Amino acid sequence: MERPVKLLAIGSGGGHWTQLLRLRRAFDRCEVVYVSTLGQSTGPDGARTYSVPDANRWDKIGVMRMAWSVLRVLHKERPNVIVTTGAAPGYMAIRLGRWMGAKTIWIDSLANVDELSMAGRMAGPHADLWLTQWKHLAKPGGPDFAGSVI
Amino acid sequence: MIFVTVGVQLPFDRLIRTIDVWAGTRTRSDIVAQVGASAYRPTHIQAKAQFSPDEFRAHVDEAKLVVAHAGMGSIITALEIGKPIIVLPRLAALNEHRNDHQLATARYMEEQNLVQVARSEEHLVQLLDDWQETSPSVRITEYADTELVARVSAFIAEKAEGGRGRRRSPFMRLFRN
Repeated sequence: MERPVKLLAIGSGGGHWTQLLRLRRAFDRCEVVYVSTLGQSTGPDGARTYSVPDANRWDKIGVMRMAWSVLRVLHKERPNVIVTTGAAPGYMAIRLGRWMGAKTIWIDSLANVDELSMAGRMAGPHADLWLTQWKHLAKPGGPDFAGSVI
Repeated sequence: MIFVTVGVQLPFDRLIRTIDVWAGTRTRSDIVAQVGASAYRPTHIQAKAQFSPDEFRAHVDEAKLVVAHAGMGSIITALEIGKPIIVLPRLAALNEHRNDHQLATARYMEEQNLVQVARSEEHLVQLLDDWQETSPSVRITEYADTELVARVSAFIAEKAEGGRGRRRSPFMRLFRN
């Protein structure tokens, strides 16, 4: 393989972001670009990092603005693989990224213990790899359980 | 120093007020808090709406104890740095969150002996009074468990073998599932 896989790791600030960073050992052989909602421009190990606005689904204008920001990053970086722990910007990256030809991974947040997150339920069926961090939430057809970030 | 955090997205006046009153009655002046969108204005603790990620880690690093809502970001950061943590879960009945997932995650973390969970404001005060600097704390590694890392690595490696991604039409997905 002549070029490393370009991987885009995206997670909203707070718990999603903290959990995403705990996966970085899985990104070892990739060129990694991060996307968060925290406003910073460098990520772990000095990795290139973009910031996008967060939005919830009740805020249509906010969702459009966020989608546009995510699309711009995807268009510029052209990742081969997208991995996200949620929430809304991660969902958007999965939908848009897949359409642009990337392979996508949704890892539902550890916080969603009683049921999957709304974003997870919406994004999961569109992800190539759909994981929950709770064994009891795994189902045939997805999501799968393969351990947790803790 | 005790560092208190309620995340940034939602107010959590119940936690801030309890800590503030406790700090007043116990005459503690070494409490720093990230209060997020909370409306309550504390008078006995140094409060800021939001710290940058670096400042946040620095405060956790400096703290002897972390007191937080049961949010994953707060809990994981404290555990990575190896600080003892007491959590007060947000309750849906008090409009502190959309649902009671913080109760469930707190219970899980408590079963693993990773956090102490306050069942109420009174219980929180009791845990704070009982806490001692010599109380044991847990430190976890910076990485996800090996099974999860392996699964994600394998998926990425498979992708590398397969070359550039191909677009799969929604129509073809019907056959795949």
